[in-house]
Amino acid sequence: MPVEQNKGSFNALQYIHAMRLTWWKITAIVLLAYAVIGGLLLPVPELSQLGETIRNLYYHVCMWFAMMILFTISIAQSIKYLRTGLIEHDIKASSYAGVGTYLGLLGYATGAIWASFTWADPNNPAFASFGSIMREPKLIGAAIALLIYGAYFILRSSITDMDQRARVSAVYNIFAYAMLFPSIWIIPRLLPSLHPGQEGNPALNFNDIDARMRMVFYPAVIGWAFLGIWIATLKIRHKILLEQKWFAHEK
Amino acid sequence: MEALNQYTALLKKEFLLETRQQHTLYGVMLYIASTVFVIYLTIDSPDADTWNSLFWITQLFICINAVAKSFLQEARGRMLYYYSITSPVVFILSKLSYNVLLMLAMNLVNLLLYSAFMGNPTESFLQFLFIGLLGSMGLGLVFTMLAAIASKAMQQASLMAILGFPLIIPQLLLLVRLSKTAFSEVFRDGVPQQLVLLLVSLDILIVFLAVILYPFLWKD
Repeated sequence: MPVEQNKGSFNALQYIHAMRLTWWKITAIVLLAYAVIGGLLLPVPELSQLGETIRNLYYHVCMWFAMMILFTISIAQSIKYLRTGLIEHDIKASSYAGVGTYLGLLGYATGAIWASFTWADPNNPAFASFGSIMREPKLIGAAIALLIYGAYFILRSSITDMDQRARVSAVYNIFAYAMLFPSIWIIPRLLPSLHPGQEGNPALNFNDIDARMRMVFYPAVIGWAFLGIWIATLKIRHKILLEQKWFAHEK
Repeated sequence: MEALNQYTALLKKEFLLETRQQHTLYGVMLYIASTVFVIYLTIDSPDADTWNSLFWITQLFICINAVAKSFLQEARGRMLYYYSITSPVVFILSKLSYNVLLMLAMNLVNLLLYSAFMGNPTESFLQFLFIGLLGSMGLGLVFTMLAAIASKAMQQASLMAILGFPLIIPQLLLLVRLSKTAFSEVFRDGVPQQLVLLLVSLDILIVFLAVILYPFLWKD
């Protein structure tokens, strides 16, 4: 139907159609709206050390979850590339890795805000606390993950041939990811930690989180992961269009 | 059987090349000597912890230098020749074994120089020797695979370090921790054995990954 008919009146269904909103994108919007509003308003346990900063759980921890989910999708795409040799999978792998890295940086940012209220020594300037905070096993694990993907992008940019780049970076992606998992498992068991979730990996344990917080936390994880995937799909579409334009130009 | 023959032939070739082009081997040894000498001049009589961590960091840099050449020296034409006479799995296994042997030898040289210049703070030298050999093996394996990856890109040597450092952190932490058994630090029962087991299983994982992934790098 022509758009003129609806001028002035807001037709939600048509709007959804025009934005190509599929079910999971709508889920992302709903869940994130819930995570932001519910996350700031719903009751939380009162802990004297954390206070209201406990609500950062819905944002800080979710960033790491979403990051790992995106990196895992990136690996799956790399494996697919090595099996099929379609350049499309390489574009997907690098886009998911890029968005994952960005989420990791946001995870650091939210973590830094949280740490400045809970861990940092109030008598010391923030910079002086940095050295002691950075020695945290979880921070080291996260730093390794981000360094790996930094190296991944440098490796990509130093190879000019397109197929060669796709193949070599897929191999590094898989190799690095396979080495990352033992390190995330090993390092927390070697060093002492202040970070919650000492035995094993934080927030995966069902008993770590209060029941009221779980009500917001799990939907928030799904919402942030979907948002990350959404951003990545936009990047992928953009890159594929660029490739097509480039090939058309060549002919 | 044929694969075994190819493997021994390739390994023999590596040793033959090493004896023909002695400058690379002596280059690495000189690198070790000058590194240790610089450390010796900048720090006099380090305590056991410092000695330990300096030793492993030196070992890491030696590894990058020693292993990098294993793929850098293979010219494009020679790779094409290998491509026609052998399989990628045999090729990467021969490279892995040669680099492990090289790193074991370099570990001994490094340990000798460290003991000569900065004394030997270890309580049990044999234990430290064993841990050193185990660690050098792991370093050699990881960096062989990374050299194979980096050899496909520009600025190979520096790229190898960038690619390798994040991956080697857990192994290095394990090694520094484990080495403390040789410095009379008391561990709970079974913990050193656990760490050794962990290192060995990491090594197995790396060989496994190299065998699976190298065939994809092999094609040009």
